[in-house]
Amino acid sequence: MSAPAGSPHPAASARIPPKFAGATASGAAAPSGPGPAPHHQNGPAHSQMHVPSGYGLHHPNYIVPSGHFPQGPGKMTSLPLESQHNDYYSGLYTVPTQNVVTPCTANQSGAQQMYGRGPPAPHVVGSTPGSFQGAASSASHLYTSASQPYSSFVNHYNSPAMYSVNSSVASQGFPSTCGHYAMSTISNAVYPSVSYPSLPAGDPYGQMFTSQNAPTVRPVKDNSFPGQNTVISYPSPLPPPLSQQQRQQQQQQQQQQQQQQQQSLSGYNTLSWSAPGLPSTPDSLIRNHTGSLAPTNNNPTNTVADSLSCAVMQNVQPRKSSPVVSTVLSGPSSTRMPSAAKHPTEPVVPVTQPSELLQQKGVDSSSTTSSASPMPNSYDALEGGSYPDVHSSSASSPAPDPAPEADPAPAPAPAPAPAAPQPSKMAKPFGYGYPILQPGYQNAAAPLNSGVHPSSQGYSGFQQYPQYPGVNQLSSGLGGLSLQSSPQPESLRPINLTQERNVLPVTPVWPPVPNLNLELKKLNCSPDSFRCTLTNIPQTQAILNKAKLPLGLLLHPFRDLTQLPVITSNTIVRCRSCRTYINPFVSFIDQRRWKCNLCYRVNDVPEEFMYNPLTRSYGEPHKRPEVQNSTVEFIASSDYMLRPPQPAVYLFVLDVSHNAVEAGYLTILCQSLLENLDKLPGDSRTRIGFMTFDSTIHFYNLQEGLSQPQMLIVSDIDDVFLPTPDSLLVNLYESKELIKDLLNALPNMFTNTRETHSALGPALQAAFKLMSPTGGRVSVFQTQLPSLGAGLLQSREDPNQRSSTKVVQHLGPATDFYKKLALDCSGQQTAVDLFLLSSQYSDLASLACMSKYSAGCIYYYPSFHHTHNPSQAEKLQKDLKRYLTRKIGFEAVMRIRCTKGLSMHTFHGNFFVRSTDLLSLANINPDAGFAVQLSIEESLTDTSLVCFQTALLYTSSKGERRIRVHTLCLPVVSSLADVYAGVDVQAAICLLANMAVDRSVSSSLSDARDALVNAVVDSLSAYGSTVSNLQHSALIAPGSLKLFPLYVLALLKQKAFRTGTSTRLDDRVYAMCQIKSQPLVHLMKMIHPNLYRIDRLTDEGAIHVNDRVVPQPPLQKLSAEKLTREGAFLMDCGSVFYIWIGKGCDNNFIEDVLGYPNFASIPQKMTHLPELDTLSSERTRSFITWLKDGRPLSAVLHVVKDESPAKTEFFQHLIEDRTEAAFSYYEFLLHVQQQICK
Amino acid sequence: MAFTFAAFCYMLSLVLCAALIFFAIWHIIAFDELRTDFKSPIDQCNPVHARERLRNIERICFLLRKVRGVPIKGRKEGKKEGRKEELVLPEYSIHSLFCIMFLCAQEWLTLGLNVPLLFYHFWRYFHCPADSSELAYDPPVVMNADTLSYCQKEAWCKLAFYLLSFFYYLYCMIYTLVSS
Repeated sequence: MSAPAGSPHPAASARIPPKFAGATASGAAAPSGPGPAPHHQNGPAHSQMHVPSGYGLHHPNYIVPSGHFPQGPGKMTSLPLESQHNDYYSGLYTVPTQNVVTPCTANQSGAQQMYGRGPPAPHVVGSTPGSFQGAASSASHLYTSASQPYSSFVNHYNSPAMYSVNSSVASQGFPSTCGHYAMSTISNAVYPSVSYPSLPAGDPYGQMFTSQNAPTVRPVKDNSFPGQNTVISYPSPLPPPLSQQQRQQQQQQQQQQQQQQQQSLSGYNTLSWSAPGLPSTPDSLIRNHTGSLAPTNNNPTNTVADSLSCAVMQNVQPRKSSPVVSTVLSGPSSTRMPSAAKHPTEPVVPVTQPSELLQQKGVDSSSTTSSASPMPNSYDALEGGSYPDVHSSSASSPAPDPAPEADPAPAPAPAPAPAAPQPSKMAKPFGYGYPILQPGYQNAAAPLNSGVHPSSQGYSGFQQYPQYPGVNQLSSGLGGLSLQSSPQPESLRPINLTQERNVLPVTPVWPPVPNLNLELKKLNCSPDSFRCTLTNIPQTQAILNKAKLPLGLLLHPFRDLTQLPVITSNTIVRCRSCRTYINPFVSFIDQRRWKCNLCYRVNDVPEEFMYNPLTRSYGEPHKRPEVQNSTVEFIASSDYMLRPPQPAVYLFVLDVSHNAVEAGYLTILCQSLLENLDKLPGDSRTRIGFMTFDSTIHFYNLQEGLSQPQMLIVSDIDDVFLPTPDSLLVNLYESKELIKDLLNALPNMFTNTRETHSALGPALQAAFKLMSPTGGRVSVFQTQLPSLGAGLLQSREDPNQRSSTKVVQHLGPATDFYKKLALDCSGQQTAVDLFLLSSQYSDLASLACMSKYSAGCIYYYPSFHHTHNPSQAEKLQKDLKRYLTRKIGFEAVMRIRCTKGLSMHTFHGNFFVRSTDLLSLANINPDAGFAVQLSIEESLTDTSLVCFQTALLYTSSKGERRIRVHTLCLPVVSSLADVYAGVDVQAAICLLANMAVDRSVSSSLSDARDALVNAVVDSLSAYGSTVSNLQHSALIAPGSLKLFPLYVLALLKQKAFRTGTSTRLDDRVYAMCQIKSQPLVHLMKMIHPNLYRIDRLTDEGAIHVNDRVVPQPPLQKLSAEKLTREGAFLMDCGSVFYIWIGKGCDNNFIEDVLGYPNFASIPQKMTHLPELDTLSSERTRSFITWLKDGRPLSAVLHVVKDESPAKTEFFQHLIEDRTEAAFSYYEFLLHVQQQICK
Repeated sequence: MAFTFAAFCYMLSLVLCAALIFFAIWHIIAFDELRTDFKSPIDQCNPVHARERLRNIERICFLLRKVRGVPIKGRKEGKKEGRKEELVLPEYSIHSLFCIMFLCAQEWLTLGLNVPLLFYHFWRYFHCPADSSELAYDPPVVMNADTLSYCQKEAWCKLAFYLLSFFYYLYCMIYTLVSS
């Protein structure tokens, strides 16, 4: 193999792209791989078999990607006839498997992920190591000639682009210049999906790595030998459906399914695997594929392998849903590509060997491991398992689909496959054709254009947004729908806003894809984790100033991920001067040196890095997982800690004054804690403690050995001390019985209390003292204004001012006691989370400081009462479940680095800024989002790419020091038009909202509102001045900014910033806190809710998640004109759902869904949908459940009857309509236009 | 050759100006210390270092805080630094003293030169960027790059201004002494 030589062999490169999923795949590959050209049909079968077993082993709940993935990969590997093929397949397969594994629904999502992420990995393999710039130029060449690319692959890293190129080229129709690669354009045309395969190939490698790590992988390998067995094991629910048509259908389904995320995963995995497949089906599939492929491909075996793999995949998926199959197919197709490439260059044999090596080592040395596999807990599973990036996954999914189609023409398929995945991203390039970009970029774009696979374009757009049902349709050639797909750069198309009535697309808005070449796109970080407001970075600050747009990053660094490569290595390779972690966007100058992409320093490649444990090859640093994935996690060595990692420590500080007892939250909390006590993240050292307070502070001695919990009361609140410092925080497992006793007793201990005072400040001081030695998490439950001791607060709210249009005061803290306390806590690695359950004003503005600066989180339940307000009680219960069981990281720091020339200034979120680029986070949780504002300090003329890297170092609940690294790469442009073309409206709005919150606190609310309006006025007038030929009377916006005025108007009507409407001060402050700390996806729903009509749900365009069909109704614009009396509408506001029932709503709907005979009988307060056994009820419930998934805050459902008093709540979210105090959308446009003309 | 009140004013300002220069230099050093942090990744991840760093930031910020600030209970650093706090107010008050003296001495030109800074000081004092009224420099905010660079620029500008005015006062003092 390439490994032996150490020289970069093409084959090696192809294999290299390991991903997370890849690890599993690699494991599978390894078994089959070793022999050159071993026709291991059986092998694959085995692997498949293993997979099922693996699934069985894993708890259904476990999303753990590694486990599933490994199986998948294993299958893949076994399938490959030849050793080389095997490797490829394994890689590809792994990808698909990953998809499958994650969620059955996941199929789609998985597929999406695969493509999005997986593909990148392959790319990386090819060229990752190489410098981007160089690669880009070379890539362009490659694109032009397929044969060249291949050669390049073989020779060097430079070729990375090649893969993508090939794929794209293939789509165009490569005349089998390369014997192996023979790609038929026709095939592409017919099956646009085919192009995807190439990408998968890269993915498989990545997956290979992960699989190695994953324990499950091993079994797969072993089993993999008997191919037949594997086949059998897979019950191919979709037996021979491999026909192209079927495949296409499957692809569509997959896309839909992709939307569905984690839920499906568990179910799918177990079911699909367990079910015995029909051996015959795979064969038939294989035959079909081979037949079509054979002519084109030199190596029939490869094609067969692909087909096999496809079959396997199909089988797996079918059980859950047909769509799954398509993803599988894509995997194979991708594999084909790589294999073909390898064949031409070198014999197949080398490839297989590496795979085996990798797998074996993977297990042993396991440089990479999927985090999910090791972790048993749901947390772990979440971490490893479910990628929240549904979007990304969806994107990838499209790619898979194409792949299946590609099968007919194996060689072309690979090429097309890459194209397909890219296309979604590529769509922009098509239209854009940035002249500024390097030749490489242009070339890349050009091929895509030439390819003109409508499907591919659609996919590209979709990749990021798999969730949307419309994806299939779009992919099938609708570029028009999506902003980016039209041949002319849609994002630049001038739109006259005052005349365009329907600005809001019917499908969700997807983030724009940076205009990079294909390989870089595949490697790039998921937009769910890392987004920039401008996907084309202006070259100079002057251009940025001209554009009048905010430049900044939005981060969601600790998101739950389904696939995450975890790397254990003695030396973590970092730049010597700027300490950047090695990433996919660095360039390898030669075998021994790499150039940092942030500071451009040339560094040595350490000896250890030369060896790739995944492939067991030497001398291929560019194939290491670190260089193949833009999101990786390192297990830090002891160098990264000066004290032993802290245990998980949880302290609950509970208000037990009369007010609190009356509200009754204690019962809910104690119940939740009892239920989730075993699920609290942590290891055997986990410690827990409780404190309660009213006018005194009560501690609970839970020391092991006591017969019952001992309550210690400290009444000296002016100088708080700890009565028995050693026994207040106790080991969870040693004192579990005592803890349970306490939790059972607590709700009734204070039922007769008459104490109305609350000494929150002293209680917090005591908590701080208690936590100081270790650090950890303090959860504070408060129900009223603190009235005693330090930190006491007075009511500052004047109810008469609630609807004032003038000045809103008291948005800032009344005292800095809480801020100072938070800083002290932050210094001791303690985070304070605040649960405010209050019925009256509690000065959240002051109290929130305790969480803001200690990296905690804030929950607010206005007018909470356990019986009077059951919906809030239920919300608290659900939120607590998520809160108690979600992943948590302790003593964390996050550093954000960016390419020289850019600099960060203001940060937004909950943290303490410790240095100009370092955030100190006492705790990090998966629901925390951050924003950073950027400025351009030096001109970026000498670079075409800029990169951003966030590194989050934390102690996991298992006591491991880990570093999660995300890297984002963006192009630099020099023209204003390109800057406008790359605007990410949603990111820009979220950044503006953060800035506006700061402005409201430091200056005034009206200033902030003016600033928001000015942001629209400035940017649109700046754009207007660049477009000379337009009449000045019209309000013109580029396509990329067409939603900008709408979103700003939505912000102005948001609780945080609205005036004129009665808004309680605490509600307003809470909305501001949420804006600062919510990740973008959730924040956008808060700002601009989604409205759907649900009385006529159909399965058209529906997606499949976890065996459920989730209908995908089109988005409606937020205006009463869309509401008809005959309809029922669902509004998704993030943490609240409203179902509005029109007066004339069909009685069938009311009866089938709500369970009442007619409109009149619907009760005023209804917060649940009954589980009725009707089709429309099932559709509605599955749709709502699907929407609710993955929210940090559980959503409350309100059924609102037309003409009920509650409908004002609903109508105030119709932001396009006029209210007494605010503009309608059209009026707002006129206002903006007027301002511009001034 | 007469020792007028104006001459006395200039002599006193000369001495006090040296003190102001010292304050300005101290500011510059403090902000520079804030800006430079250990680049060692190991130190960065070290919780002990984190604590030290935080204390450092707070210490500097509290040194710069306004007089109104009450010593914080239970904070060791606060108690230690209790005496030394309030570097900002002395600076402001010394400068205000100048202006009053020049007003009394009817040195209109000198007063005119100092009035802009006087107004800036008033604005800064009553309209501090932090949301808390007690601190002119807010620990959670001060590390934001734009705030920090603003503070640094402010300190450099003041240093330049004080240096120039030092020589100006020297010249004026001699001139007043000689001319009268």
